[in-house]
Amino acid sequence: MSLIQILFYVMAFIVVASALFVAATKNLVRSIFMFFITLFALAGLYVLSLADFVAITQIVIYVGGILVLILFAFMLSGKETLNAIGELKERFINVNKLPALLLAGLFLVVLVIVIFRIDTDNLAWIKKAQVTNNLILPASATTENIGVNLMTKYLLPFEAISVLLMIALIGAAHLSRKERES
Amino acid sequence: MISLTDFLVVGAILFCTGLYMIVSKQNAIQVLIGIELMLNAAILNLVAFGKYDRMDNGGQMFSLFAIVLAAATTAVALAIILNVYKRFKTIDPGQVDNLGD
Repeated sequence: MSLIQILFYVMAFIVVASALFVAATKNLVRSIFMFFITLFALAGLYVLSLADFVAITQIVIYVGGILVLILFAFMLSGKETLNAIGELKERFINVNKLPALLLAGLFLVVLVIVIFRIDTDNLAWIKKAQVTNNLILPASATTENIGVNLMTKYLLPFEAISVLLMIALIGAAHLSRKERES
Repeated sequence: MISLTDFLVVGAILFCTGLYMIVSKQNAIQVLIGIELMLNAAILNLVAFGKYDRMDNGGQMFSLFAIVLAAATTAVALAIILNVYKRFKTIDPGQVDNLGD
C-alpha cells in the first residue's frame, strides 16, 4: 500500500465522516463549519486525482466565496433572524426522517452496485486513453493546457457561463434590496 | 495508483448524504447545503474521469463550470431565503405553501 493510497483513504474518510456529521447534527452553525472541512478534504481528493487547478478553484470559490456568503447572510441578518434560523426542532427520532433515510440508503445501494458492475477501470475509452498516452501523469502541468482550451475549444460555454453569472448576480442584488417605502 | 472505483464510491456516498439532507431537513439553509454536497459529488466524478483526458481537459473544464454555477445558485438562493424569512417568518420549506392551495 503506497503513500498516495493511504492519503486517499484518509481524505475519503474525512470527507465521508464530516458529510455525515453535517447531515446528522442539529446545530446549524456547527453544520456549516463542518461543511468547511468537507470542502477542504474534497480539494485534497481533487489533488490526488491530479487536478490541481480545480482544487485551488474549489478552495478559492467554494470555501472562500460560497461558504462565507452563507455565513454572512446568516449572521449579518439581525438577531431575531439568527435565533429563528438557528433553532432546530429537538426531536430524537423524527418520523419523516425514516423514509428519507430509506430513500438515501437504497439509492446508495443501487449506485454502488452499478459502480461495481460497470467495472470503470476497464472501460473502452479509458483503455484507449492509456494506450494512446492521453492520461494526466503526476509530472505533467495541466494549468497551461486548461487556459489554452478555455480560450479555444470551450469558448462558447465560457461566454455562456459568464453571462449567466452576471444575470445571477444582478438577480441576487435585486432580490435582496430594501423595499422602498412609498 | 488509486482506481476510479474508489472515487466513484466516495462520490456516491456524498450524493446520497446530500439527497438525505434535501429530503429530510426542515431548514432551507440545510437543504441548500445538501444541494452543494450533491454538486460536489458530481464534480468529484468529473475530476476523476478527467484524469484520462489530457488533451481536451473535458472533465476538469466542466468541473470548473459547475463550481461557478454553484456560486451563482447560492447567491440567488440565499437572497430568496432571506426574502422568504422576511415575509413568512419561517424558512421551513414545508410551511411556505401559499401558492399551493
